[in-house]
Amino acid sequence: MSISREDIEKVAVLARIRVDEAQISALESDLGNILNLVDELSAADTADIEPLSHPLDAVQRLRADEVTESNQREAFQAIAPATEDGLYLVPRVIE
Amino acid sequence: MHNKSVAELSRDLESGKISSVELTREFLDRVKAEDQQYNSFITVTEDQAMADAKAADEQRAAGNATAWTGVPFAHKDLFCTKGVATTAGSKMLADFVPPYDATVTANFRDAGAVSLGKTNMDEFAMGSSNETSFFGAVTNPWGLSSGDKRVPGGSSGGSAAAIAARLVPAATATDTGGSIRLPAAFCGITGLKPTYGRVSRYGIIAFASSLDQGGTMARTAEDNALMLNVMAGFDPKDSTSVDRAVPDYTATLNEPLKGLRVGLPKEYFSDQLSPAMEQQVRNAVKEYEKLGATVKEVSLPHAKLAIAAYYVIAPAEASANLSRFDGVRYGYRCENPQDLHDLYTRTRGEGFGDEVKRRILVGTYALSAGYFDAYYLKAQKVRRLIQQDFINAFKEVDVLMSPVSPSPAFVQGANTSDPVTMYLEDIFTIAVNLAGVPAMSVPAGFVDGLPVGLQIIGNYFDEARLLNAAHQFQQVTDWHQKLPQ
Repeated sequence: MSISREDIEKVAVLARIRVDEAQISALESDLGNILNLVDELSAADTADIEPLSHPLDAVQRLRADEVTESNQREAFQAIAPATEDGLYLVPRVIE
Repeated sequence: MHNKSVAELSRDLESGKISSVELTREFLDRVKAEDQQYNSFITVTEDQAMADAKAADEQRAAGNATAWTGVPFAHKDLFCTKGVATTAGSKMLADFVPPYDATVTANFRDAGAVSLGKTNMDEFAMGSSNETSFFGAVTNPWGLSSGDKRVPGGSSGGSAAAIAARLVPAATATDTGGSIRLPAAFCGITGLKPTYGRVSRYGIIAFASSLDQGGTMARTAEDNALMLNVMAGFDPKDSTSVDRAVPDYTATLNEPLKGLRVGLPKEYFSDQLSPAMEQQVRNAVKEYEKLGATVKEVSLPHAKLAIAAYYVIAPAEASANLSRFDGVRYGYRCENPQDLHDLYTRTRGEGFGDEVKRRILVGTYALSAGYFDAYYLKAQKVRRLIQQDFINAFKEVDVLMSPVSPSPAFVQGANTSDPVTMYLEDIFTIAVNLAGVPAMSVPAGFVDGLPVGLQIIGNYFDEARLLNAAHQFQQVTDWHQKLPQ
């Protein structure tokens, strides 16, 4: 199946990826080819088949509700692009 | 010394024939002298390596040595290393220095191994040729005499090339759709992707979490066993890690193969396979017959759907995993963001390379409203069918054997015009990841002077049997000892 220009623009917004006008034609063709490849799935008979999300069908383990990690805020914020007073800085959201 | 295996180097260190400081110096000098032509390393940690080597010699002198104490190796740059840049081959993480170690990193550190640095890879492990790395393509040490530069395979291409070029005797790697086995095959070395959940994923930068698995690369099966001994085991920090006893993988290497039941999946000996490759693989299977194995044809009827299922599931999981790169907490951030949306979209637009963006967009599309059932849910159902194929096959045989790839290492740039052409390189490796079973690539001959890999696939948690089968093969063949010309 093909993917339209509008679809790509919509998905790029959902994925929060800036796509330049010049890249859209290449993406139309590349993503169209990938979707053609995966369309082989539609021919498979999957009636009554349970989806598989974990190869060993394991479920999430639960742990005791205890503090196991120490506070490492300084170490984590030392590698952030911009921080101040222990806070991560982003452009103003509320005027 | 650089032609010796980990097992041999370990014995030489133990006997006092060489010190870790001398050994580490020799390998570092080789990296400096040779790696310009391969680009297999992104970061070389010379000072840290020499300090670790000195400490390892002291540990050994004090009588506290493991098999790995003082042995040089390298990490794929997807494993977080505390205090050492970990890039995932991406501009997004070009300056990222993790504040913690991956569990695998810590395991090797605790065992006394000496890391020489971080190896090159496809960006976020997305690629089959190591050409998507922000730090440049890796060149395969094989095939250079023909005048062409060939790819080492991907995504663990730096680890494989470094081992083939004798820059390190072993390196860590990861495999989401073939990223250990394809480079191992293309570079003529031995690699193992363990059962999903056998090796902790904690601190391995995530690509597709239900498929990603850390594994081993070295020249011999024995060295892969030594690596897995350090890497395997339950880790409470990884919610998908499996709590199951870890055997000594070296203990069963010498078991005889008499009676081993080998299955050849007919779907993997198809038209896509070049006749010359098929001949090499069939010759290898004959060696197994000489070693006492019985061989029969089996079928994996849904194998042909594996690539389609994978290219829904892996991009969908990648689109979720890579949403963490937002320019706020770590990694790349665009200049002068106008607002929060601009910060996110430009950071990600500028920080990710083309292949990563393609996969995030495909994954986002497949998970978006109205498409989830048709793509993701459908792919997960097909995944169950693929798994069932393997379960059925292992009722009849102990291991499966097949080629790793349809043809040997290709020339750089040959498959970059259409992403789908590149995806088809993994046609024989991807089903293994969907099922979660373990598999190896073992050197098994040459076509046009380029290495051929034999894929050996095992049942869940049957790594010891795979390593045993590979080791016995390597006692009667010397493909794994050949040097690139």
